[in-house]
Formats: sequence, C-alpha cells, structure tokens
Amino acid sequence: MTTTDDLPAVPEAGDETVAHGAASGQPERVAFGRNPRHFGIDPGEPWPDDVPKDQDDTHWRFENDPAGARRAELKIAFCWTLTVLASIALAIVYIDGANTQAAGICWGIAFLGLGIGMLMWARDLLPGHEVTASRGHHDVCAEVDRIAVAESLSRGTEPMARRPFLFKMMGAVGGIFGLATIFPLASLGPRPHTDLYKTDWTGGVRALNEDGNPIRPGDIPVNGILTVFPEVDGQPSTDALSPTLLINVGDAPFKIPPSRTGWNIGGLVAFSKICTHAGCPASLYNVQTHQLICPCHQSTFDVLDDCNPVFGPASRSLPQLPIGTDAEGYVIATEGYQEAVGPGFWNRG
Amino acid sequence: MSTTRERAAAQKRYSTQKSVMDTVDERFGSSRFLTSVLDKIFPDHWSFMIGEVAMDSLIVLIVTGVYLTFFYVPSSTDVVYAPTSGHVYAPLVGQHMSEAYMSVINLSFNVRFGLIMRQAHHWAALIFLAAVMFHMCRIFFSGAFRKPREVNWIIGLTLWMVVMLEGFTGYSLPDDLLSGTGIRVIYSIVQSIPLIGSWLAYDVWGGRFPGPSFIARLFIIHEFVFPLLIIGLLTAHLMILWHQKHTDFPGPGKTETNIRGSRIWPQYALKAGGLMMLVSGVTFLLAGLIQINPVWLYGPYNPYTVSAGAQPDWYLGFLDGSVRLWPHWEFRSFGHEIANPFFPGLLIPGLIFTIMYAWPWIDKKVYNDYGPHNLLDRPRDKPFRTGIGVAYIIFFIVETLACATDLLANNLHIAFERLIEILQYGAFIGPLVGFTIAFKACQALQRTDAHPIQKPLGGVIIRTADGAYHTLGDHHGNGHDSHTNGHTADSPDGHDAEPDGHEAGGAEPEGHEAAGAETEGAAEAGSAGADRATRLGRGR
Repeated sequence: MTTTDDLPAVPEAGDETVAHGAASGQPERVAFGRNPRHFGIDPGEPWPDDVPKDQDDTHWRFENDPAGARRAELKIAFCWTLTVLASIALAIVYIDGANTQAAGICWGIAFLGLGIGMLMWARDLLPGHEVTASRGHHDVCAEVDRIAVAESLSRGTEPMARRPFLFKMMGAVGGIFGLATIFPLASLGPRPHTDLYKTDWTGGVRALNEDGNPIRPGDIPVNGILTVFPEVDGQPSTDALSPTLLINVGDAPFKIPPSRTGWNIGGLVAFSKICTHAGCPASLYNVQTHQLICPCHQSTFDVLDDCNPVFGPASRSLPQLPIGTDAEGYVIATEGYQEAVGPGFWNRG
Repeated sequence: MSTTRERAAAQKRYSTQKSVMDTVDERFGSSRFLTSVLDKIFPDHWSFMIGEVAMDSLIVLIVTGVYLTFFYVPSSTDVVYAPTSGHVYAPLVGQHMSEAYMSVINLSFNVRFGLIMRQAHHWAALIFLAAVMFHMCRIFFSGAFRKPREVNWIIGLTLWMVVMLEGFTGYSLPDDLLSGTGIRVIYSIVQSIPLIGSWLAYDVWGGRFPGPSFIARLFIIHEFVFPLLIIGLLTAHLMILWHQKHTDFPGPGKTETNIRGSRIWPQYALKAGGLMMLVSGVTFLLAGLIQINPVWLYGPYNPYTVSAGAQPDWYLGFLDGSVRLWPHWEFRSFGHEIANPFFPGLLIPGLIFTIMYAWPWIDKKVYNDYGPHNLLDRPRDKPFRTGIGVAYIIFFIVETLACATDLLANNLHIAFERLIEILQYGAFIGPLVGFTIAFKACQALQRTDAHPIQKPLGGVIIRTADGAYHTLGDHHGNGHDSHTNGHTADSPDGHDAEPDGHEAGGAEPEGHEAAGAETEGAAEAGSAGADRATRLGRGR
C-alpha cells in the first residue's frame, strides 16, 4: 500500500553512491523513509533511539479512496472558482464607483476561497503525516569547538589586556565621543528655558472667541462657559497652552485667595482650560456642582473653590487668569498667567 | 498501483527537479541546507499558529501601508477644506485643518479603494497586536522562554513594545481630534520625566506642543524607523526560531532530542499560505464591512476641544487606564517636581516590562532549573508561573477597562468616581485573586492527573523488527520528560550527573559515533542516547 512501491529504486539506507546518482546517468533516490538526512541525522551517524525507523510521510488522506480524492479536488476547484468570480466582481466594483462594502466582500471571498482551497489541498491530497525526526546536535557545539572559539577570542583580547591603559582609555574615549555625538540631537528642538511658563496672555490682551470676536462680560449667561483665546494680530491665538475658560458662576459664592481680589468681573472668572494633569482641555462643565471635568482622565476641578482638583489624577488647581474690561467694554486679561499652565514638568517646582 | 507510463513520467519529473537542484548546488552548495528547509518540521498544535497570524497581519500591514504612503501628506500646514471636485464631505467644508488630515479625508473619499485600504491597515494593526499578545501568552504559559530560548523571549518583548509604538504613531498620523488628544497626553507623559522631560519633549516634537514639524517626524518614524526595527527584530526572531527549532508539548514518543510534526514541504507551506489568505480575507471583510477610525467624524485636531469617549486603540488602553487610575500623587521638593503622569505612564509600564524581561531568569531561580528544554510545560504543572501569568493578564484587563471609565460609567449607570475607585482596588485585588485561583486550579488539575484511575503514565512500547522491545517517552525512565510533578522531574539532573570525561567523549570526532552505527543493538543505541543527552545537558 505504500507509495515506496512506486519509487524507481529502493536502495539500501545511507548508500552514498546511490544517493548521489547511479552510474546509469539516471539520478536515483533513496527510499524516503530511510534517508537519514530527512530525519536530522547525518549519514554514518548511529540512528537515535528516539527516532522511529521506516517512517513514511508520503501518505495522504485520500490515497486509497479515489472517489474521496475526486470530491476533494472538486471542492478545492469550487473554492478557487469563487476566488476567480470574486476577482471579476472586484474589477466590476472598482469600475462602478468602488463601493467599500462591496469591495470588502469581494476581497474577503477571494482571499478566503484561495486560502480554504489551499488548506483543503494540504489536508486531503498532500502528504502531511506526522513524522518524528532528530533535533540534530547542531543546537550546541562540541567541546573542541568551544575551546577553539575561546582561543580565537583570546588571540585578540590577550594582547589587548597587556595594555591596560589603552584598554581603559578606549572605554573613556568611547564614552566622551559618544556624548559629543548627542549634540546633533539637541538641534531637534529649541531649549525649553522658561517657554513652558509663557502663554500669549499678557496685560491688556483681549479675549477672543473661536470665531475671532471680542467678548463682553454680558455675552456669557449665568452658568455659561466660553472658551476664549488671546488676541494675536487680530486673530485668536492658536497656541496650545493659551485656551482659557470664561465661566459665569452668577451669584454662587466662590472662594478665591485674597491676593487675587479683582481678578474676576462679578461672577465671571477665567481659568486655564488646559488640564494640569496631562494637558487635555478640561471642557465638561457640570452646572449643578460647578465642577469642570476633563474628559481624558476624569480630573475634576471645583470652580467655586479656586478650581482645586477634587477628584481624579490631577493634583494642581487650574491656574486663574486675571480679567477685566477695556475702554470698549470687552473682556481683557489684566495680566498674564502668574504660573505655568498645563501639566507638570521637572523644573516647575 | 501505477502504470509504467505514470512511473516513467514521475521519474522524468524527478530528474528535472534533480537537475535544477544540482544547478543550484553547483552555485551555492545549498543542497544540505535546502533539504533541512524543505524537511523542517512544524509541531501540529493549534497554539503554534498564533505567531503565524501575527506575521501574516504584518504582511497585510506592509502592503496596505506602502499603498497609503502614496496618498498621505505628512504636513501640519494649515489649510481650509474646500474641495472643488470629487466627493465633498459637507460637514468639514470651510474648516481649518492640517494638510495631513485633509489628505486622509481625500484618501478616504476620493481615492477608489483608498478607504478600504486604510481600514484594512487599521484592522490588520488591531489583529496584529492581538496575535502578538496571544502568542506571548502561549510562550509564557508553556515555558517556551526557557533555555535556550531566552534571547528570543527578549526579542519578542521588544517587538511587542515597538509594535505598540508603531500602532500609536500610525493612528496618530491622520491628525484628527481623537489621535491629537492622544499625542497631547503622550507629550505630557514625556514632559513629566524627571530631569530631562521638558527637553526631551521639545526635542522630539521640535518645540512646544503641538510642535511645528511633528507630523513630518511622526511619518518618518512610522513608515521608516519603526518598520526597520520591526523587520530587523522579526528577522532575528525567526532565524533564531529556525535554528533552535520549535518547542513541542510532551507526548508519547516525544523527547528533548527529537521533534514531531508535519514537514514544511508540502504540508505546512500550503497550510501557512492558506492561513495567510484567511487572515487577509478576514481583514478585508472587516475593512469593507466594519468602519474603523472614521476621522471625518472626529474632526481635525485643535488643542482646545475634546469630548468624552476619548480612548486609544485597544492595545494601548492599559496605558491610558493606568494614567486614569493613578491617584493625584506627584512629588515636589527643592524646586523640582516629578509630575503625576510619570508614575502611571512610564514607571508602572517600565516595572511591568522589566519583570517580563527578567522572567526567564526569575523562572530559573523559582524552579531551580537552569537546564535547556525543548519540551514544553503544561501550565498546570507550573502553578506559580501560571498564577503570575494570570495575575498579569487580570492587571492588564483591569487597566484596559479603566481606559473606558467614561463609557462604562454611562452604560452601567454608575458614577464614574465610584467606578474608578472600584477599578483602583481591582488593580490590586484582581491579580491577587487571579493568582490564587489559578494556583489552586493548577494544583487540583495535577491531582486529577495523578489519580490512579487516569491512564497509566509511561510511553509507547515499540516492538522492533527483530523482536526486541523498547519504550519511547517513558515519563519515569529517562528523565527527558518534563510532564510529571513539579520541578524535580524537570531538572535535567540526570544529564548533569555525567562525569566530565563522558562529555569529552561526546565531543570526539564523528568516527567514534560512526563506529556505533554498524550495530543496532540495544546497548549501542542506549549509549548513543546517553551521548546525545550529555550534549544537551552540557549547555549549562
């Protein structure tokens, strides 16, 4: 029943002359299961006792069932026909407006048909019996080889070690030169210096809304909030640390340190919108509790209590911006922020 | 069974192939190597397929990714969306956006098959990361990281990290509101690094957030630097795997020195090819039918808008969750501060990764097992390791859940404050409970195994042609098997007991062993086996 019967020649295992081609000019082969090469065994090496002999992995599932093989062939052909049809459909879809859903279905069917066909071919009509082979002994080398490599290594390192000064200096040179080569990296960006303390808000700068219009205190109803930006060249600044919230808390009593008297216009107060935790805009306002919530990590700030954090990972209050009105009655900053806005950093202290 | 004609045809085909391989061999001397390639054995266990799925989705990623680069414009230049031809996405008309965002909108709406390619790229990334993580779980729980495979564990972990960063840089490229918020958070985490944070952030981003040249840099990082790293590391990963051969689960006839499975040619070549097609097929079905990352709905990024429901892609959820769960602690003194995001954003992941990198050596210490292993553990046989793995997974899941506190709170009708507190406790209690349950379950399963009613331990008895008997894979006999109780059976002490003189014997030239090949008596085979065992044991 084995296919070895079909092979042209069944010479003795490990017979090198036969394995390398007979004199007749017709190259001949060793019976598959007996050629030690296929089992990780070098010719001439003793056959390991954990590798069974005479394994034959040329068998396949429907070997003795021609009808089953025929059916399997038809199934595979059917799968690949689906791939062909889906490919044609894909071309039509492309020409006809390239609908994404249709393309996905076509592509999916084409790939799946091809893949399932391949898997069925492997399973039903190709040899795939489990075999056991030796792992070989190439995973580790013999002691003679290990001695040789250590010798080769010390051929260089031994004379080097005789010059300990040079040996150490080479390390130092490498370190110092390595540090010097970091400097091109420093050009990748400017030094921060005090930049993180700065925003575009300074004394007298108007607060503009998103559309670039100035704001009057009355524009914001009680319990209303508005994101405003400092005016730069007549436009709202795009600086990422400058967005500020104007909040009208109305008559609600709010606590603010005495040093900040006059930073508000009645019930209208201004706080940085940039969360002190990770820099997301703290843009959700809970009117009932007068709390600002940052949607990113749920840091919660109490507007009536100097925007102190009351929940979540933020540990600093949102900085307050002193505001007033200019001669035309528009909201301005009377001064810039008095502290760094946004998330913390090493030098902030 | 076959006719003479068929036989002649087969002989002719064989001759042709032989002469082709001869031609190759005359150039490269490659016949031995190619034999080992075509003969390579893959163990037939489904869990070995997961790593392959990762590789297949990487191929989908490379192909679709290269396609996308032809359309993407890596520029943060401010433009106004006012298309004059093609499909117009009305809600965005007149809005300011970066050129990068506009190029993604155009790719999605005005390039035929552009959207499906983009979505396939994104879906493939999600599948890739999932496959990588499942693959890692398989390696961990079965002890495949043990000697001699520690280096591949380290390369694999590094790959996981690089691949996560690659995913992050990828989904940030469209410069939409959601991903821009993610970049803002990462900027804050970088900025929070003690001593060098703000410098580093200014260097990486080219200045204050959002950074004038950041999109261009992100693009180079995403489509050149990280892919180069991934391909380099993966090549090393696979070459080492190829050299060391697969691990395998213990079973009848399996030993430390043999390998059982089906060959690459033709079986696994077609199976692997078929699997690649299946992965591609599923990816494209998802890409066509299930919308992913609809950046036109999010809008272009600006630093002052965000809404609830800001979550990263799933594989980075644990990082965002960690940042959400960390309490409002930060350290300030001597005019300096270590800002809050540093701890959950870098310190905790750093600790987790350090332990994972060190695990092969921790594991050696725990089990006092420093020897090489090709046969895998069943998780139940290593309750401590399994418990640690389960604890890690639960910690990962709790942190991942925490990245969606806003959504969960809404859907479960719990105040998000309570939910965060629950998850904060859960991050400690969950892993502890998980460890305990897994540990106990492993012990119980071991007891079930040891029960006499189970099938008797032992290997397969083989009767040879000349009537002799010998056993393969005897669990008690030869000390090869790692399958029995705990680590005593595991330690290859039997090998180490061999005196040094014996080892030197194993290292003698081939002639020594060739002499043994003549006879096939049991004694000779036994000594050859001992030789082979010594070789393996000597690796310490």
